[in-house]
Amino acid sequence: MKPRRLLCDDLLHFGVHTDTAQKSAVIAEGRAYSYGELLSGARGLAGALRAHGVGRGDRVAIYMDNTWPCVVSVYGILLAGAVFVLVNPQTKADKLAFVLGDAGARALITDGHLASEFGPASTATPGLRVVICSGELPAGVKTLGFDAAIAAIPTASSLELIPLDLAALIYTSGSTGNPKGVMQTHLSMRFALESLTEYLRLQSDDRILLALPLAFDYGLYQLLMTVGLGATLVLERSFTFPAQVYNRMRSERVTVFPAVPTIFSMLLSSHRREPLLFPDVRRVTNTAAALPDDYVPRLKEIFPNALIYRMYGLTECKRVSYLEPELTHMKPGSVGKAIPGTEVYLLNGDGTPTPRGEVGILHVRGPHVMLGYWNQPELTAHMLRPGRLPGERVLCTHDHFRMDEEGYLYFVGRTDDIIKSRGEKVSPVEVENVLHGMPGVREAVVVGVADDTLGQAIRAYVALDEGAALSEKQIRAWCAARLESFMVPREVVFKSELPRTATGKLSRRALIEQS
Amino acid sequence: MDAVKIRRQIRDYLLENMLFSSDQSKLDDKESLLQKGVIDSTGILEIVNFLEATFAVTIKDTDLLPEHFDSVDNIVAFVARLKG
Repeated sequence: MKPRRLLCDDLLHFGVHTDTAQKSAVIAEGRAYSYGELLSGARGLAGALRAHGVGRGDRVAIYMDNTWPCVVSVYGILLAGAVFVLVNPQTKADKLAFVLGDAGARALITDGHLASEFGPASTATPGLRVVICSGELPAGVKTLGFDAAIAAIPTASSLELIPLDLAALIYTSGSTGNPKGVMQTHLSMRFALESLTEYLRLQSDDRILLALPLAFDYGLYQLLMTVGLGATLVLERSFTFPAQVYNRMRSERVTVFPAVPTIFSMLLSSHRREPLLFPDVRRVTNTAAALPDDYVPRLKEIFPNALIYRMYGLTECKRVSYLEPELTHMKPGSVGKAIPGTEVYLLNGDGTPTPRGEVGILHVRGPHVMLGYWNQPELTAHMLRPGRLPGERVLCTHDHFRMDEEGYLYFVGRTDDIIKSRGEKVSPVEVENVLHGMPGVREAVVVGVADDTLGQAIRAYVALDEGAALSEKQIRAWCAARLESFMVPREVVFKSELPRTATGKLSRRALIEQS
Repeated sequence: MDAVKIRRQIRDYLLENMLFSSDQSKLDDKESLLQKGVIDSTGILEIVNFLEATFAVTIKDTDLLPEHFDSVDNIVAFVARLKG
């Protein structure tokens, strides 16, 4: 069999193979699309991108809801030899413009109903050669219709690529404020998806639910694993209408249910009111934030035939560790061991090995580690450190962990100020920058406060200019117009003065302690 | 309570709490609240709490469907039906 080296090779295989070309690759809003259709749409889109001058290594942004055209776009970009950049459709114009500019995007693929945001952002990005738009085409922005694009003359394939070429830039929030583009190659992403598929024990007859955003790497990998296996993805726009998701899970006989603790929390509270039962589900996976120990027995009532996985990861290497589901009771609170084919170890601040049982900084070694941050050599050097072999670089997560005598990992804490709300990373600096841009706000500090459903909720402490009169609602409205909804402060606390450190800087620490 | 009043209360709630605005033109009664980014998985639960408290109705988890919640028109029709 021809080796599958590139991320798009799975589709090139299953899309033409007689056993799979007619098989459902994606079921979106109740409609099934075959592997043959996915390959044909992706080839057409690749042809359209090539015709607009997009080639090997060029970045193409996808700013779309979880839809069939979004799936086609991921593979169309890869077949054009280009690099996909998925942007959450909740993103507002200014941040979208930042990402398009930072990535140097040559093309944008988007949805018509998002025109109020991508219109101004695309105008502010002179390097864009084409905007391809699904759904209703907006007035006033020059776009090419998605259906016309996929009907373009298809490209042959992206044969000139090698596995070390970039496949994706995955933007992630950082403690510096602006998001950074994590560079992942065909090699690193193929390796990660195969490792995940191995330990999750997935098979080609699995039917994987995706209601998490494709722009979230945990969501993206559900698609990549599906196509890697020749399995079926059941794609939902979101978890917003849970009854619809549950109905679809039943009618489509979903076997894999990936979610984050906020979703599990809502699922359990719904189960308390009216019992839920999904006997077809064989795998339940959690990541993005720790799954509380007492959730597992209750989730077993809902998913009696499923293995429940606790996992830990960061975008910079996709996934770090997982706990074998059979060990959940033996290792409460643990996120397990390194994923297959990779290694983890703890180091002290001075670089010496951390003894078992003590707290150290987690380091990750393996082919899944990112190439670095796009155009950010200093931030890259902060995360990628010299390894044991000459020239090797390992990922320093800067997260504190403890490892027990048997090598199982326990998360202790972060060393940065990142807030985790609904499983999403929120940079307090990014929110503070938006608050500081509001007329009348003198100073602002943003912290995360514990919340049963969200994990952490976002609270802003704000000091106003003298004479300024702003309400909590006005401040939240300002943020909602500029930030994704999960970043908008849920509470605003007004203070006449904000606490400072000995050197006169605003003290986030003091406010976290007060909270 | 008449349908006009129900509609006004629902619109005012969504504008004030989801769109943080008093500008009536920001909310089209037919538009998808999901596509417009007005609601998400936690927002819908807040709307349910509001509807139950304001209109003395009981909403089941199995009712959390787009045909009941994805536009102002859908919410108004759903509440009217619950109130019989």
